[in-house]
Amino acid sequence: MSETDQGTIVDGVHFHKHDIVIVGAGGAGMRAAIEAGPKASTAVISKLYPTRSHTGAAQGGMAAALANVEEDNWEWHTYDTVKGGDYLVDQDAAEILAKEAIDAVIDLENMGLPFNRTPEGRIDQRRFGGHTREHGKAPVRRACYAADRTGHMILQTLYQNCVKHGINFFNEFYVLDLLMTEVDGVERPAGVVAYELATGDLHVFQGKSIIFATGGFGKIYKTTSNAHTLTGDGVGIVWRKGLPLEDMEFFQFHPTGLAGLGILLSEAARGEGAILRNSEGERFMERYAPTIKDLAPRDIVARSMATEIREGRGAGPYKDYVYLDITHLEPAVIDAKLPDITEFARTYLGVEPYTEPVPVLPTAHYAMGGIPTTNNAEVLRTNTETVPGLFAAGECACVSVHGSNRLGTNSLLDINVFGKRAGNNAVEYAKSADWVDLPDDPTAGVRRLLDHVRGGDGSERIAVIRKELQEAMDRNAQVFRTDESLRDVGDLIKKLRARYRNVQVQDKGKRFNTDLLEAVELGFLLDLAEVVVYSARNRKESRGAHMREDYPKRDDKNLMVHTMAYLTGDAESAQADDHIRLDWKPVVVTNYPPTERKY
Amino acid sequence: MASDVLEKKGPRAHDAVPTFTVTMIVRRFDPEVDEEPRWVDYDLEMHGTDRVLDALHKIKWEIDGSLAFRRSCAHGVCGSDAMRINGRNRLACKTLLKDLDVSQPIYVEALKGLPLEKDLIVDMEPFFDSFRDVQPFLMASSKPKDGKERLQSPEERARFDDTTKCILCAACTSSCPVFWTDGQYFGPAAIVNAHRFIFDSRDEGAQVRMDILNDKEGVWRCRTTFNCTDACPRGIQVTQAIAEVKQAIMRGKP
Repeated sequence: MSETDQGTIVDGVHFHKHDIVIVGAGGAGMRAAIEAGPKASTAVISKLYPTRSHTGAAQGGMAAALANVEEDNWEWHTYDTVKGGDYLVDQDAAEILAKEAIDAVIDLENMGLPFNRTPEGRIDQRRFGGHTREHGKAPVRRACYAADRTGHMILQTLYQNCVKHGINFFNEFYVLDLLMTEVDGVERPAGVVAYELATGDLHVFQGKSIIFATGGFGKIYKTTSNAHTLTGDGVGIVWRKGLPLEDMEFFQFHPTGLAGLGILLSEAARGEGAILRNSEGERFMERYAPTIKDLAPRDIVARSMATEIREGRGAGPYKDYVYLDITHLEPAVIDAKLPDITEFARTYLGVEPYTEPVPVLPTAHYAMGGIPTTNNAEVLRTNTETVPGLFAAGECACVSVHGSNRLGTNSLLDINVFGKRAGNNAVEYAKSADWVDLPDDPTAGVRRLLDHVRGGDGSERIAVIRKELQEAMDRNAQVFRTDESLRDVGDLIKKLRARYRNVQVQDKGKRFNTDLLEAVELGFLLDLAEVVVYSARNRKESRGAHMREDYPKRDDKNLMVHTMAYLTGDAESAQADDHIRLDWKPVVVTNYPPTERKY
Repeated sequence: MASDVLEKKGPRAHDAVPTFTVTMIVRRFDPEVDEEPRWVDYDLEMHGTDRVLDALHKIKWEIDGSLAFRRSCAHGVCGSDAMRINGRNRLACKTLLKDLDVSQPIYVEALKGLPLEKDLIVDMEPFFDSFRDVQPFLMASSKPKDGKERLQSPEERARFDDTTKCILCAACTSSCPVFWTDGQYFGPAAIVNAHRFIFDSRDEGAQVRMDILNDKEGVWRCRTTFNCTDACPRGIQVTQAIAEVKQAIMRGKP
């Protein structure tokens, strides 16, 4: 449908009512919509056109033990996921992920996704970091792929199927608030409030089931593979509602971003045989992961690269990057399997990957943490209790299938498996649930938020605060962390939060006011960066992507537990201690007791 | 000690391109104030590998926050920031300033042929309407019996590979002179997406789409000016894809 449904207008506010309201139109949101749309009245609200979502930037593949090209099974995949996540993965969830992966891939193929094929016509598979056969013996070909634009194909295929099902989209609508109403002593979601970019109008979407599928928040960092729009709005909204966030200290740095730019070069390159080299041309991963070398999980590779640079073996005039070398691959293989990423190297760095190694550096990539959910995508309000009718899936959620470090190709899998679960469970819930009444004056919270960003003295530029935040996060909360570095960036965030009160919004208009929304997004970034840093400072061990140089060992006795951060007291208070309370939640262990993690 | 080894001060890998000054002339339009669009100049200090998108951000973030444009991924895969740069449709995030003649002003304006909303933002709905009209989804009645994937040979898969690259940025459609004069024309992007399914060996809906495109606003409107192929930031052979759809319609089968 082309005309956006305007709803019922009361006092200038648009009111809509749907059984299922999905916030976000990336992979998880659209996968949920494909389940929900045919069974219940469904609205999908997205700050972007659906095909702009960052799922489309994913490159390398989607893991599933199809065993199309060599022996494989979902139990090996489960084990790899648990070990890759450095034993912070909930093992029952990893089992679901690995088992349902097979149907998830077949679903996509049946929907039309053009996977690369084997000579027999089956879906082709390739190697990826941390995916092994027989519990770590050697790399296994598990990643189903479509050249190096697998995410693009998933996003397109899901959007195509949403078109087929006539899904009701609200594009360029920014959801800024979640409405909660107390029913029998328990807070339940009644709907969401969105700001329509084109008009500046506010829309209230009442829903029985609300699904958050809003993606990540990589823009808390400067060097990142994430889109400009990945500002964590959904995670921030949930946080501001007093609902907990889980494992926020675990942020993945992808080893191979284009040096200085952060644009991603897929791990599929190494899956196809690319080699990381230092200034001496040495294949240094042989020293750090003797068995699977360049195909070690991302946390290990990123740390190894950083160590090489620190120890003076970085390449280039400033010795501040390493090389990704694919010059030994046949150009025909590169063109068939890695066309886009080689084009990125040519376009943005002027490097010809056929003949020259490509300068790379770790780039902020993926939030393992986020909105805690059950295996059925239900959002938790305490360590054990759920919010009836509220669901989350995809990068914004923390199930936790990724633990402290996600394996490559498990995120495209996550959005499909848990997006589908969220959609189905939202439908089941909506079938028997009653409508929850909207609060009086439902847009009051969003009006207050907008007045807040427009209400200061305008002495601070959005871009200046954001840049200071991002640079400090890169400096102090990246691959290596210490108490001192985290305290430094924590102190800065406190100051930036104060300065943010006087942020300047130059655009005073109603139409396409992206200036106003950048100011709002900055608020979410500041809130989430504070939680990341606070959680990181509190975790006094090194596990997965969280490397504390002052606590270099993993501490399974005390810290094989999830961090649960709660907003308490005055959210505006300066000290993080005054408004963040941390708690621990046990990790679910089924078959895999923690052992030393070697590759 | 923090991870300062990874702190970057900007792209250094190939820093042979020095800092330079460039004049950007942007066609601005605020629908709440302006009756007509107006050209506004900005002199900017830019660096080595900066792109047109970086220049637009510099204007927005340092000079005038009201400048409106769409962008997201910033590396040419999401399709948000197609616009006219020196009269050619391109993605702002994929156009390096150093590849333009920076001794001359760089003109930036919204895509032509779609209704102007504000500054560099156009109404994308007519574009997506055409896309949806060609029924861009796999039509297949059968499912493999064993609960597995449908089989497709690498050759069959290669047949439509080029048109799977489309990111729906509208650079092709809004570069088409036929589309400029006849907004009812489906336009190249919709035909590219029809092609992606017409030539997919798993699909059974080719006839449906060929009938849709055999309309007077369909493929026969194409005048083979190749603007679309030149404009495509993904390198899709758009004009060729349109020609293949024309041939399929004449043959009555893919």
